[in-house]
Order: sequence, then C-alpha cells, then structure tokens
Amino acid sequence: MPVLELVVQIRGLKKSFGANRVLDGVDLDVHKGEVVVVIGPSGSGKTTLLRCINLLETYDEGSIRVDGVEVGFRDGGGGVRKHRHDRELARIRADIGMVFQLFNLFPHLTARENVMLGLRKVRGRSATEAKQIAEQWLARVGLGDKFESLPGQLSGGQQQRVGIARAVAMGPKVLLLDEITSALDPELVGEVLNVVQELARDGMTMIVVTHEMTFARDVGTRIVFMDGGRIQAQGTPREVLAATGHDRLKAFLARIEMKHH
Amino acid sequence: MLFALQSLPFLWHGLFITLQVSALVVVFSLVGGILLGVGIVYGPRWLYWPIRIYSDFFRGIPLLVLIFFIYYALPLFSINLTSFVSVVVALSAFETAHIIEVVRGALQSIPRGQNEAAKTIGLRFSQRLIYVIAPQAVRRFLPPWINAVVDTVKGSALVSLVGIVDLMLAIQQVIGRTYIPMPLYVLGALMYFVINYSLSSASRRLEARFAYIRE
Amino acid sequence: MRYHLDFGFIWKHFDRLAWGLVLSLELAVISIFIGIAIGLSLALAYTGGGRAIRSAVAGYVEFIRNVPLLLLVYLIFYGVPSIEGFAYDATTSFVITLSVYAGATMVEVFRAGLAAVPRGLIDAGKAIGLTGWQRLIWVRLPTMFRIVLPSLSNAFVSLFKDTSLASVIAVPELTYGAQWINTNTFRIIEVWAVTAPMYLVTGYGLLFLLQRLERRFAVH
Repeated sequence: MPVLELVVQIRGLKKSFGANRVLDGVDLDVHKGEVVVVIGPSGSGKTTLLRCINLLETYDEGSIRVDGVEVGFRDGGGGVRKHRHDRELARIRADIGMVFQLFNLFPHLTARENVMLGLRKVRGRSATEAKQIAEQWLARVGLGDKFESLPGQLSGGQQQRVGIARAVAMGPKVLLLDEITSALDPELVGEVLNVVQELARDGMTMIVVTHEMTFARDVGTRIVFMDGGRIQAQGTPREVLAATGHDRLKAFLARIEMKHH
Repeated sequence: MLFALQSLPFLWHGLFITLQVSALVVVFSLVGGILLGVGIVYGPRWLYWPIRIYSDFFRGIPLLVLIFFIYYALPLFSINLTSFVSVVVALSAFETAHIIEVVRGALQSIPRGQNEAAKTIGLRFSQRLIYVIAPQAVRRFLPPWINAVVDTVKGSALVSLVGIVDLMLAIQQVIGRTYIPMPLYVLGALMYFVINYSLSSASRRLEARFAYIRE
Repeated sequence: MRYHLDFGFIWKHFDRLAWGLVLSLELAVISIFIGIAIGLSLALAYTGGGRAIRSAVAGYVEFIRNVPLLLLVYLIFYGVPSIEGFAYDATTSFVITLSVYAGATMVEVFRAGLAAVPRGLIDAGKAIGLTGWQRLIWVRLPTMFRIVLPSLSNAFVSLFKDTSLASVIAVPELTYGAQWINTNTFRIIEVWAVTAPMYLVTGYGLLFLLQRLERRFAVH
C-alpha cells in the first residue's frame, strides 16, 4: 500500500529567543492532504513553529524538510550546515504558502494585483495568464466583484480571503495558516473558515494554528497540542478533544470552553 | 534702486551657481542616502555601525565647520580640488547623512508584515524592495526629502564664505559697489524664497496625491 | 603629507575655544527662550485668530523658513541699521536674528502641539466647567508642552549648531575661535580635530540630557 507522500518532516526542532527556549524539541510529520491543527496556550511556540517552516524565523537545532529539502540550511561540506541565502530561501518559500493573522496585504495594490504579484515575478507567468489565475482564485473565495478594490476598501473578512487567494494561487505544497481569524470580528470568521474548509476538501495540505475549536474538530484530520515548546499530545480530533490522560490538555480545553461560552 | 536693477544679470549668474551647487548636492546625496539608508536597514550587521557613525557625525557638526575643514584641510593631503568641487563634496557629505535618516524613517515605518508577506510569496530581496517596500516607502519619503532639498538650497549660501560667487556672494558684491544693503538683501531673500517655497508647495501637493492609500 | 601634527598651538589658545563654546551655548539658550515666547504667542494667535492673523503668521513663518540663515544674519546686522540709522553690536544682532529664526520654527512646533492635544481632555475640561482661558492654561498648554518636548530638544540642539554662523559677523563663539586659531597658526587639522568633537560631544550630550528630562515628563 503506498504511503502518503510526506510533505513536511520536522525532527528535533529547537529555537530560542535569547534566553527564552521557545521550541524545545519538536517532531512532526505532515502528509499530503492532511489538515494538521495546532492548538495550545500562548507562548507554547505554535506560531514560532509555523514561522520556522517557511523560515520567517531561523531555527537553532533540528531539521525541517519540505518535500525532502532542508529549509533553513544547505550542506556546507564536511557535515557542516550553512544558513541559506535569500535567493535559495525565495525559491523554497515559493512552494510554501502562508496566510497571516493581520492579513499583510500590499496596500498599494488592488486585490487582483496582490494575487498577481507572485504569479508574475516568481512563477514567471505572463500578464494575461497571471490575471486569469488571480481572477479565478478571487472568484473562488467569493470576491468576484472586488478585483479592482484596494485593501483599504475591503472588510477584514474580505482582506483575509484575498490573503488566502494570494497564497494558494502560487500552487504551494503546503499552506500555513497563522491564527487567520483571530483579528476578525466574529461575524466575519465564518466566511473565511468556509473558504479554508473548501480548500481542505480539495486536498490542500495545511498546517493551521487556531483557537477555533469547532473548525479543528470539523476540518482537522489531526490535532496537535503544544505546550512549553513541545508537542504534548496529538491524535484525531475525537481523541484529542476527549483528552483522556492529559491533564494539561484537559486544563487548556476547559479554559477555551469557558471563553467561548 | 536703479543700481539694484542694473545688477540683476550679475545676480542671475549668482543664482545659477546656487542652483548648480544645489542640484549636484541633491543628486549625490539622494543616491548616497538611498544606498546607505537601505544598507543600514536591510544590510548585514557589520554595515550598521559604520553607516550609523557616518550619519551621526555629519549631522552633529555645523555645516559651516565642515565646509571650512574640507576647504582648508584637503590641500594638505595633496588633494587639490577647486573650491567649487570641495564645497560640493562637503555639502554632499553633509546632506547624505540627512537623507540616510529620511530613508531610514521611511523604510522603518513600513510594518514588518509587509516584508514577511513578500517573502512568503517567494520574492527575492531586490524584488521585495522594488515591488512592495519602495512603493510604500516613497510616500513617506517625499515630504521630508523635499524639506532636505530646501535645507540644501539654504545651506548652499555658505559657499559664499569660501569665495564661490553664488547668489549670496553676488548680493554682497553688488552691495559693496552700490551701498544699498537693504533692498538687495530683500531682493535676495525673495529669490531664495521663490525657489524654496515652490519646492515646499510641490511637497504639500504630493502628500495630498498619495493620500488614497489608506493606512 | 609634509604635515607635522602639533597640538601645542591649540592648547595655547584653547581659551578661545572654551569660551567660544560657552558663548555659543549662551546664544542658543537666549534665542530659544525668546523663540519660544514668540512661537507660543503666534501659535496661540494663529489657532484663535481670524484670516488676517493666520495669513500674517503664516507669512512670517514661511519667509523665515525658506530663506538662508546666513542671509538673515547679514540682513539684520548690515541691512536694518542702514535704513534705521543706528548700529548695534554683532552679538545683539545675532541674538535677534537667531531668536526670530527660532520663533518661526517654534510657531510650527506649538501649532502642531496644540492640535495634538486629545479632544477628550478638552471635553473633560469643559465638563467640569472650566472657561476657555482656564482650559487653555490648565489643560491645553501643560499637555502641549509634554507633547512637544522632543521637538523642543531637537530644535535647541539645532540652534546650538546654528550659532556657528555668528562667526561671520565676528561674534567670538566656538567657530570664530577655531577660525582665529586657523588663520593665526595654520594648524588646520588640529583645530578642527578639536572643534568638531566639541560640537559633537556638546550637541549629543545636550540631546541625551534633554531626553532623560523628557522621559520624566513627556506624553506619547
């Protein structure tokens, strides 16, 4: 039986900010088509983990391989690894998509241009091709009438959907979602999560950091609980949310329950 | 008063020299300031302190002191430049330091998330700078830069003290011949005013044009 | 380079530099205080006044800020006495010039500062029954001063550097002292090697002290 392709492989990941050990030995495998949801209290290292995968943060020890390629380092010969240069990183990052909590849309470009930029300058598409692809994706996320809009003219939920379109239009091998609904007004969260759910159904490999437990339960194929820089528990949504035998996980889930009711 | 009007051609030539000096300094300081400004914000760590020290040094001494030093000291190092070249060097070194600060301010005012988002779609450094950072930085760069240009024009008046016949020295030489200081000083002031005020007005209009990008 | 460094000449005449520095500081301090007085009154006049007053103030500010300081120095020292028929000494003339110059900067600083006072504070003042004048003195001005402290510090250090222009009308401040030593001993490198650091240390030293003061009082 064919083993599902391993898209992301993390081994022994360690990262410190000064004296603060944020990631203390993380091992994680993500296969094609999986939706891995990472939950945990603030400071547990979940966002840092995500940001290390596309090297927005460097990591000190351990290994992150995307599609077999070590993200942060190249072989310097003699068993020494050297930090990758900007050019190499750019190529690697082109295949990893990220959607941000604060959207980070380019304010001087329209929605269409935001999505087109990567297609033209990184994927080398012609203007017509890029325009077509951008408009297709914007329509898919429900913004078919907002091609010409500037980010400043869009609501939070609309901006985030542009952010999603911008990331997936590049055809990434894995999509990283960093608390993408945390900065949204409650009534706008649904429209964004629906888009993500559709992408999951279409087979997009995703690693999602979120507080939205319903989403984790309904869309996630696996939930990973992090605390103190390590993975404390992981399993199917059913297993994890039942939280048998894990005190810290139980306590965390209880706190979340209280917040949402 | 008639004397003043007869001296106008001489004053025009002085004005021309002033504009020449100013234009050269503006161009050199713009190029130098942008290169070093980008270098100090995005460059490797070992670039930070040298550029920082350069900027703090040239902004910490009076322009007059710098002009005197370069004018008198360079020949001692067997560097024999004409007066014109040495003042352009002095003024450019001075203004570059100020432009570095303007560029730095503009670049650092752009949220970190912009550079990060640009990275995540696979853009290289030069591409991030050209397509994402620069378009946003330009808007925050132009008004203070035009201020710096006005300061350059005002600072150019100091070259009169080392014998360059710019507008300032031209005025004084005409006064020396005609003995009517006040009208000539006022005329000179008006000429400087017209140049600089037009520049600041252009700046205000530019600020209005860029306001469509909501923050 | 056939030049032999000799700082002896500098130390022999160091008093010119030292006292020159003192005079530079005095000039800057006097000018900033007068400048603040001018700037504050004109900023208040501008904020409260009608079209005519606003145009007059704007005219003054625009004129001073777009004309080289050197020209202003000459205009006031040589130009004004020629039409009024009196004479004054160089130092007085320079103080007047620098104060007028500072005043123009201060008008902008205070006008922006007054505009930056949060509306909520003014409303609170109204709510407890303060009159317009009382609000000005007890709410708006104190808040404004805290907001503009950084700008005031920078303006003061700038003025200190601008005092170097007094040397052109033979006021014996620091730059004049340096030039005197230069023309009398030809020790160019040594003179500027001492003078430049004097400006740097004094300027950044003042900035540092003022910033410490700001931290205690300023509002962000």
